[in-house]
Amino acid sequence: MRTALDPSAISAAITRLADQIFLAADGNEIDLVGIRSRGDEVSERVFELMKAKGAKVRLGVLDISLYRDDYEHLSSNPTLQSSEIDFPVDGSHVVLVDDVIFTGRTIRAALDALFDYGRPAKVDLAVLIDRGHREIPIEPRFVGETLETDRMDRVDVSLQKTDGEESVVIITQ
Amino acid sequence: MARKDFLDIVSLDRAEITHLLDQAVPFKDLFTRSVKKVPALKGKTVLMLFYEPSTRTLSSFEVAAKRLSADVTIFDVPRSSVSKGESVRDTIDTLQAMRADYIVVRHRLAGQPAAIARQTNASVINAGDGAHAHPTQALLDAFTFREVYPEMEGRKVVIMGDILHSRVARSTSTIFEKLGVEVAFCGPGSLVPQTRFRRFTNYDEAMKWGPDAIYLLRVQKERQDAPFFPSDREYHSVFGITEERLKRISDKGVYVMHPGPINRGVELCDGVLDYERCLISQQVENGIAARMAVLFGLKPKVS
Repeated sequence: MRTALDPSAISAAITRLADQIFLAADGNEIDLVGIRSRGDEVSERVFELMKAKGAKVRLGVLDISLYRDDYEHLSSNPTLQSSEIDFPVDGSHVVLVDDVIFTGRTIRAALDALFDYGRPAKVDLAVLIDRGHREIPIEPRFVGETLETDRMDRVDVSLQKTDGEESVVIITQ
Repeated sequence: MARKDFLDIVSLDRAEITHLLDQAVPFKDLFTRSVKKVPALKGKTVLMLFYEPSTRTLSSFEVAAKRLSADVTIFDVPRSSVSKGESVRDTIDTLQAMRADYIVVRHRLAGQPAAIARQTNASVINAGDGAHAHPTQALLDAFTFREVYPEMEGRKVVIMGDILHSRVARSTSTIFEKLGVEVAFCGPGSLVPQTRFRRFTNYDEAMKWGPDAIYLLRVQKERQDAPFFPSDREYHSVFGITEERLKRISDKGVYVMHPGPINRGVELCDGVLDYERCLISQQVENGIAARMAVLFGLKPKVS
């Protein structure tokens, strides 16, 4: 087990995300949608940073439990939480936000979930950490930090509000 | 480990019940989206096996299953081979060959859904068996009550009507009890058995107890061989919510619940349906969310 990011590196990565998205928005409206769990906390922090810069930004949360493709392999189904997208998604520019991108399957599920709320004009993807090893053709446009990992490694992200501490660790199996 | 079957409330503990109620919340949230469907049970088959007529429960399960993207087959029992003398056991073997993942059963005999559950790999959900249990009704009742009283502990509900013949009374009283809600039964003396619950045979006495909700049971004309009370009008005046009683209920802010279908002029007067604390249509909507939570929570045996 090794620490890949300490609290200050995490904050720096989140700031980088906010800066990149702010530039890309170019004064236009952006809707951040965080994916539970931890993507919601990342998106919330990006949201606060962007708002402080005067960006026109809204915030939503997506629970993708009902859109997963691996129920067959689970002994019991995941605990659901509510999604909270209080704005119309139709015609908007959505940035999906997650903590880690790995195989890309979570994002596939998130896209399916998002499109059931409406038809956004454009969807981008922002991740705190890209750890590689994609299994489907989905790539983030905004990345806070890229980590070299082995396919079998586990990347554990802890964030203040969700976990009570801040760290990103790589656990080698 | 998830359960395979959902057969009664008695065998669930409080944590399981609370988990199911919590799970029903995000399902209910889906109903306000433009797309009300999620792909959770895509490619799964839900079979409706109703040996007793039912429109509401059947439709509610059908909508729940379809909103989870399952394929739904309704096995039309009265017109099927059952009326040609096929036994339940042989029917289940036939259905097993169809590879249903979930079977929703209603039967006039208590215990039949449990017997079917032992015979099949599919997840079996009891949609009402005799006077035994109607667990999804209980779940939606508890969910509806929790929406108006998020802290249910110590609240009081009086269940009114023919308790003796009612599976709704059994399951709903059990779920309320497990969640810390005080339950009382009220009805004609011959139809209110002695149980662990408080017992009233007089409407006014039950109301003096100070319930937060009155749960009206349907007068089941089809289930009684001999009528236990002389007429609908008499039942209404003795145990029904009349216009005059509605006024008193309204002054106290008591909620009204009913599993449906209602008999106007028997259990309740027309005015109840316009009463702001009448939860009957909420119960119908919540029934879909509760049944989605049940379907999503079960795991059929992998064969």
